[in-house]
Amino acid sequence: MASALVNVPPKAKRGDIIEIKTLMSHIMETGFRHTAGGDVVPRDIITSFTCRYNGTEVFRADFFPAIAANPYLSFFTIAKDSGKFEFEWIGDNGFSATASATIMVE
Amino acid sequence: MRTMHTRRRFLGLAGGAAVAGAVPVVTLRPSQATPAMLNSAIRNVVGEAPVRAGKVTLDIPPLVENGNTVPMTVRVASPMTATDFVKSIHVFNEKNPQPNIGNFYIGVSAGRAQVSTRIRLADSQKVVAIARLSDDSFWSVSADVVVTLAACTEEVN
Amino acid sequence: MNRCPAIALAALLLAAFPLLAGEIRPDQRRSGYSFMAPDTKAIQDDDTANPGMLFVLDGQTLWTRKLGAADKSCADCHGDAAGSMKGVAARYPAFDKALGRPVDLEQRINLCRANHQQASPLAYESHELLALTAFIARQSRGIAISTGDDPQLAPFVAKGRERFMQRQGQLNLACANCHDDNWDRKLAGSAITQAHPTGYPLYRLEWQTLGSLQRRLRSCISGIRAQPYDYGAPELVELELYLMSRAHGMTMETPAVRP
Repeated sequence: MASALVNVPPKAKRGDIIEIKTLMSHIMETGFRHTAGGDVVPRDIITSFTCRYNGTEVFRADFFPAIAANPYLSFFTIAKDSGKFEFEWIGDNGFSATASATIMVE
Repeated sequence: MRTMHTRRRFLGLAGGAAVAGAVPVVTLRPSQATPAMLNSAIRNVVGEAPVRAGKVTLDIPPLVENGNTVPMTVRVASPMTATDFVKSIHVFNEKNPQPNIGNFYIGVSAGRAQVSTRIRLADSQKVVAIARLSDDSFWSVSADVVVTLAACTEEVN
Repeated sequence: MNRCPAIALAALLLAAFPLLAGEIRPDQRRSGYSFMAPDTKAIQDDDTANPGMLFVLDGQTLWTRKLGAADKSCADCHGDAAGSMKGVAARYPAFDKALGRPVDLEQRINLCRANHQQASPLAYESHELLALTAFIARQSRGIAISTGDDPQLAPFVAKGRERFMQRQGQLNLACANCHDDNWDRKLAGSAITQAHPTGYPLYRLEWQTLGSLQRRLRSCISGIRAQPYDYGAPELVELELYLMSRAHGMTMETPAVRP
């Protein structure tokens, strides 16, 4: 079960700088670990994260194996209009997860 | 498994030969990034442009409790106006098997050029953060981090 | 201010838990939280950034899922967990009358599944069992641990304490050697804590996932180069029971974060 925890302030004033926090459950297997038998455990990571605010991309990240498991991100954006934040995580082996949150801006 | 057997045999032969003084022992692929890898990873982002120290701060504990999950915050001092803002932040490391950690694309609508995440550090090493501003200038900071691993070896249980 | 009740209470507590040489005094007890660096504490403090909460969320979903031959969900019998599960984890492991011995929370969940949902047990350390345990234990966050109050548990607590004090393994170490006698010192750069299980199941940075107290105990026992008991073994449950009763009165923190 891939679950996401996203935290967007439910309300803000126009022009406020708001903090967005996201947490996604994912093992982020580095591809550098070995089993007891000596075989490499293949890489399985989230490779990119995108945040769209009312359809416009406001933040994007490339992840490498050095990002810890269950990746956490905190970033900022300016509250412009009421509407929706959409989050998307894409990764190896066809991994794809989304989440969303609404905000009321006055 | 087959790879391991051939490699073991090869090393055995190579080692034996080295002892005999005949053949130099072949070095394995480094399991750590080297300063050369770090520099070339930085060049990939920065190209030929100069990288100046300043404007960027890296908040990372100097002594880390567990290298598997290290909280890190990168901040860039920038007015974040339409003519002077941060386009992206790129974080690198010195001694993990791979030099890149993450790239964060921010833009003027961020309001504040600050990103926090949690990273993995395989050894005590230098972490480097480079910011690209709207005028395509590059600014950087580096921090030295001491990593102590957990005391008791965690076996697969 | 009337001091008598306080003194009487202190005397009662001391009488209830007679100190053996080397045991930690009740007023000196500290949660593992207090040994952590500020950055790690910050991860636990923020529910929106604590990876353990991902499991709590999954547990919340599982709580209402109908399953088994009986086609029942946890909620069907227990209703809203915030009410029905409040304080439960804080008194576990608890005595199970049918089995005649203590069971921990994971075993209790599997017993419920077998007896009331007619479903197969969840494997130890499986995502689902961890999620359910975390969700239930989260309902006890902020509540004082009351494990061991039941007099039927006394012989099992005693066995657990014996095991805690017993030297074992290649390194010939007892749990007490580090956790009673040398807490707050360092072992290879990491702080030795007092080993109070106030936040289980917890997100351990070393594991990069949530894990149970039994997982931690098995790692510790492997770490001192002794043979760890199997998951679910009565010896482990007795150790859990002793550790929780040793932490009697301390506050639950589930889901905690530890290095």
